[in-house]
Amino acid sequence: MVVDTSATEFETQDLLLNVGPQHPSTHGVFRMVLEIDGEVVKDLVPYIGYLHRGAEKLCENNDFRQGIGYMDRTEYLAAHNAELSYVMAVEALAEIEVPERAQWIRMILCELNRISSHFMFLGAFGVDVGVFGTPFIYGWRERERIIDLFEEISGDRMMFAYFRAGGLAWEVPLNFPERVREVLESARQGVKDFDGLLTQNEIFIARTKNVGVITADDAIEMGMSGPTIRASGVPLDLRKTEPYLQYDQIEFETITADGGDVFDRYLVRLQEISQSIDLIEQCLERLEDGPIMPEKMPRMLRLPEGEVYIRTEAPRGEYGIYMVSKGGNKPHRLKVRSACLSNLQALKQMCVGQYVADAIIVLGSIDIVLSEVDR
Amino acid sequence: MSTEIFGFDGVNVWVDGLVRVLLIVGFMTVVVMGLIYGERKILARFQQRLGPTRTGPVGLLQSVADALKLVGKEDLRPRNADAWTFELAPYLVFVPVFLGFVIVPFVLDWQVRILELGLLYFVAVTGINIVGWIMAGWGSDNRYAMIGGMRAAAQGISYELPLVLSLLAVAMVVEVPSDSATGESLRGSLNLNEIIAAQAEIPNLVWQPLVLIVFFIAALAELNRTPFDIPVGESEVVGGPFVEYSGIRWSMFFLAEYAALLIMSLIFAAVFLGGWAWPAGLFQDDPWPRWAQALLVTGKAGLFIFMVFWVRASVPRLRIDQLMSFTWKILLPLMFAQVLINGLVLVYDWPEIVLTVTGLVGVLVLVMAVDRAVRHPRPRPAPATQLEGEAAS
Repeated sequence: MVVDTSATEFETQDLLLNVGPQHPSTHGVFRMVLEIDGEVVKDLVPYIGYLHRGAEKLCENNDFRQGIGYMDRTEYLAAHNAELSYVMAVEALAEIEVPERAQWIRMILCELNRISSHFMFLGAFGVDVGVFGTPFIYGWRERERIIDLFEEISGDRMMFAYFRAGGLAWEVPLNFPERVREVLESARQGVKDFDGLLTQNEIFIARTKNVGVITADDAIEMGMSGPTIRASGVPLDLRKTEPYLQYDQIEFETITADGGDVFDRYLVRLQEISQSIDLIEQCLERLEDGPIMPEKMPRMLRLPEGEVYIRTEAPRGEYGIYMVSKGGNKPHRLKVRSACLSNLQALKQMCVGQYVADAIIVLGSIDIVLSEVDR
Repeated sequence: MSTEIFGFDGVNVWVDGLVRVLLIVGFMTVVVMGLIYGERKILARFQQRLGPTRTGPVGLLQSVADALKLVGKEDLRPRNADAWTFELAPYLVFVPVFLGFVIVPFVLDWQVRILELGLLYFVAVTGINIVGWIMAGWGSDNRYAMIGGMRAAAQGISYELPLVLSLLAVAMVVEVPSDSATGESLRGSLNLNEIIAAQAEIPNLVWQPLVLIVFFIAALAELNRTPFDIPVGESEVVGGPFVEYSGIRWSMFFLAEYAALLIMSLIFAAVFLGGWAWPAGLFQDDPWPRWAQALLVTGKAGLFIFMVFWVRASVPRLRIDQLMSFTWKILLPLMFAQVLINGLVLVYDWPEIVLTVTGLVGVLVLVMAVDRAVRHPRPRPAPATQLEGEAAS
């Protein structure tokens, strides 16, 4: 029998794999469709919008004080940082001077929130890479201590609504500095724990080095920001480049890495925790008694006409508020510039050509908060 | 034909076999439930949690409650699933593992059957379950399941080789009791009882350090435990081949997984740590009483199981290509070298210390190879930057 060899070349087809919105590793309700050839990702299409709640539009129908609560919900892992951008935008429009004590406390809370957010990232990332739960619990433990402190201050564990245009809602508890130092001590130990568990782990290094590389030029083109772009070697840190609050008064270095891979994004965040601990200690030294709100604040804030864009360095990058006021007690237009959304754009570029398992950890390394992406 | 069972003479050989198998299955199920509870408690301790505490005293009845819940669940089958493949797959995973228990020596003479080719039987029978994995992956009509099934096939077959070679390396050089007629020292046996008896004074751990490590690694891979839990990787393929299973079928996979862990630990205790014989043989010629043997074996198997849990709590998962290159480029050549050296020792009657020395050198080579692979990775091809072309939605 003659075998027809021309028929041995089979027609093959790439497999479409739908990841999410219900998948353990999509960090919320993110969905991506992978086109895979065996285990290699050939194409990737992200789909967002599952968590769209119209937060910006809602803010336009609420006055400037009520809007603060909606900002908490856009970035629930770093709510203080989100509130900060919003109240700074209102302050810029209304030309309010914030008392110095309020600024220092804001800085401390924002940096603490950065620590808790980064710990959350480290924990979730550890699970993405495949350790069964241990880093997750480590991260959760450190975050829990910080959240407890926030609860003592603001009365809420996640949706603080503690900042106000002009300053703070109320004075911090008397034992605030001691409690912060306590929390910092445990956070320092938490960094050591993660260092021991993951940073030196051979399998962890093998999994994350040279994976999901994005070059500095591409990162700039994509409009990335935060630790994600700093890992590619771009020293973009708004606390340093455009100092707000009292960041120009204290000493710190912008942390960068030059690999641009998943490992560097992990490492930059780990180092930023230590950096934030130092920052907070400097802030605590400068914290003095004083007012936390300007003396003459109207009960109902009415802003003059104008528009403003305020951006601050949130844990995930540039969190910007574009606010247009046409007079009255509500913003005419509010736009949230989400760092996660911009960072997420690079996902395809980072994943194509890598393995399916890499796509998961690359997504994890971007550290998205879906409610900030979709708003 | 008749045989003796627990002191009763003249029992039909089929009845005898049935009784033993039923005993084993019942015993195993209970032990496996204990293992699941133990894993949850131990992992919880690693993670600064408490683990189950509510069901029964200190949560002891948690596994029972889970089993009852699973039995009560609906046995679902996806509409597009391949009915036969889907429904048969759990049996193909479940049955071979329990068949493997036929040769496992718990204590002296307490086993279902003493087979002359015990190790070969063990390797052959437990290898079948890969088929079940592929069937589960294919039959579920789910893409995660299929990727998981394919990963399981690749991994199962690749790691079967170092596992078999490590058992072979031990079996080649094991000293069996010399023939009293000729007085000649004989070597080489696949009978587990003889392998254990030969270790009465010095366990194989001393002679075969490399083989022990390779066996542990390959066993982790065969059991699909971290860092080789690639087929079921929760964060990637969401449970792999089992993603569509529910109720009793899923619990069969689960049971088989832990039963396989138990059998692997018992084999480990028997082949490398001297089972019930060592260290009793150091003090007296006769073996210790059965309860002491049982304690010994439990301790040795428990050590293996604890190591598995420990690894699970502390290391990430490998990627599929790293997994494959690790076995084919590092483990397999090392094992071939070890088997060759064992053969030379066997043929030329070299002193056994040669084995220890070469084994330790092998361990060093293994560590250096892994270190080199990790610290100096070959640069990966640059990721494609072209952004045209959309996946169909």
